[in-house]
Amino acid sequence: MLAVVNLQVHYGGIAAVKGISFAIEKGETVAFVGANGAGKTSMLKALSRLLPVGTKGSIRLSGEEIIALPTHRLIHRGLALVPEGRGVFARLSVAENLAMGAYIRKDKQEIAGDLERVYALMPHLKARHRQLAGTLSGGEQQMLALGRALMGRPQLLLLDEPSMGLAPMMVHKVFETIRAVAAQQVTILLVEQNAKLALETASRGYVMESGRITLTDSSTNLLADPRVRQAYLGE
Amino acid sequence: MMMVLPPSRVKYFAGVALVATALLVLPFALSAAGTAWVRITNLAILFVFLSLGLNIVVGYAGLLDLGYVAFYAVGAYVYALLASPHFGMHLPFWVILPIGATLAGFFGVLLGAPTLKLRGDYLAIVTLGFGEIVRIFLNNLSQPINITNGPQGLAQIDPVRIGGMSLGQNGTLFGLNFSGPMKYYYLLLLLLLLVIVVNLRLQNSRIGRAWEAIREDEMAARAIGINTTRLKLLAFAMGASFGGVAGGMFSAIQGFISPESFVLTESVMILSMVVLGGMGNIWGVIAGAVLLSFVPEMLRYTVVPMQMALFKRLLIEPEVIRMLLFGLALVLMMRFRPAGLWPLRARQREFDKAVGE
Repeated sequence: MLAVVNLQVHYGGIAAVKGISFAIEKGETVAFVGANGAGKTSMLKALSRLLPVGTKGSIRLSGEEIIALPTHRLIHRGLALVPEGRGVFARLSVAENLAMGAYIRKDKQEIAGDLERVYALMPHLKARHRQLAGTLSGGEQQMLALGRALMGRPQLLLLDEPSMGLAPMMVHKVFETIRAVAAQQVTILLVEQNAKLALETASRGYVMESGRITLTDSSTNLLADPRVRQAYLGE
Repeated sequence: MMMVLPPSRVKYFAGVALVATALLVLPFALSAAGTAWVRITNLAILFVFLSLGLNIVVGYAGLLDLGYVAFYAVGAYVYALLASPHFGMHLPFWVILPIGATLAGFFGVLLGAPTLKLRGDYLAIVTLGFGEIVRIFLNNLSQPINITNGPQGLAQIDPVRIGGMSLGQNGTLFGLNFSGPMKYYYLLLLLLLLVIVVNLRLQNSRIGRAWEAIREDEMAARAIGINTTRLKLLAFAMGASFGGVAGGMFSAIQGFISPESFVLTESVMILSMVVLGGMGNIWGVIAGAVLLSFVPEMLRYTVVPMQMALFKRLLIEPEVIRMLLFGLALVLMMRFRPAGLWPLRARQREFDKAVGE
């Protein structure tokens, strides 16, 4: 599905991502964990082509190189990003936000079906479909951003810090939804500071430290690894 | 078979018919009060044009543009240069207006392209500078080749002619007496109708929705597949071309233009109309433009006589009072109706409901 080789990200002279390589198979949920400044978000921004300069290496999506594509073309290739800080369209309603997620699609009937599926995943959004997105709670906005990304029928979903700034109960709910999405065969790349939650959701994980991947294994092994437990799980 | 319309539709059509009749009869009523009022109304319509154009850039796409008057100037100068003795060219208005709109649109792209990455304050500063650059160019392009005639401006600009009838002169039609401004009024009304239809269509189109998305969150807009570069340029170009049409009409109506008509205050004025009326809502923007065009004129006709009657001399210039009231109106509005006098009703309702819950 996704094959990244020697990806580097530079901000001016400073290297944020120092040549990482990894691959994600179709249907997998993979977590990237690490401390603040480890390069997780830079990596994600590079993948979604939001950094116009300073990105080197190779990013292949379903075999095709995408490193030179502009961001708005990526959804055509099946890659959707749920940005950090959610980025819902605050002065549009919930329903309008979801409709915008299908911006590039023309298949009206299929879109209506997908909308029902999203509402089935997030019933409380359906109840509030006419409310302005900006008036939703943080957790609901995160769900909406997720739902909007799903409306583009992505094959690969990039999630940037979905737990950020949410109340613990909402975090739980959001991750429940992420698991439900993963169960529908959507490939997910999850970048998250909350290592425990991320690894419990994903099947595999990568640990990043100062721009490099320092550890990779199955989630179960990572959760049991004393180094991970000490550094990221607070033991 | 008779078509039976539901009562709501009947009401709607009755309302439209009423407004249309009122607009058609309006110049006759205004003429009774003096032809000056018809002229003022014409200028008000031009400001509605400008506000609707700026609304595309500011209201729909969320790009703060403080140099909008530059496009008005481009349209005005295109008309003046192609229909005046200055170059000895006298093209008909229906040729010039599209040229002016296109060139203004081109200038819109010219401003938009280097500012694509800017937002908010930074964009405002650059657009402000752009407006000034255009004005200063107009002021100085009298040398080495005299193109704009500098600060003296261009005079004897041709009025609009339709089938041999000049809109600059009085005339009789269907047994009714029409003054020049009245004829212009009807032409402007027709153009305005066109502009409103275009705006309404835009608002509910794919393009309109993409603009809204960009306004709300540019990065998220890109992530869902919106080509933000192209759409932002399109907003600048479309907004600018409306300004260009308004400028062309301004030239024709006034018969004389100079760089003085295109100062920063005009940009601020147009922006105020958009903000006061309710950014993003066509009807609100129209209301804002009409209000801010008429109230100052009414002041002019009341403030001076009032002071003369009270103090026997002019203590405060109408212009000063105008700016004072203007500022007061904006402050009051920001305090009590921050979304504008007439914001999008559906949005407002949703907003109230969400807050009330």
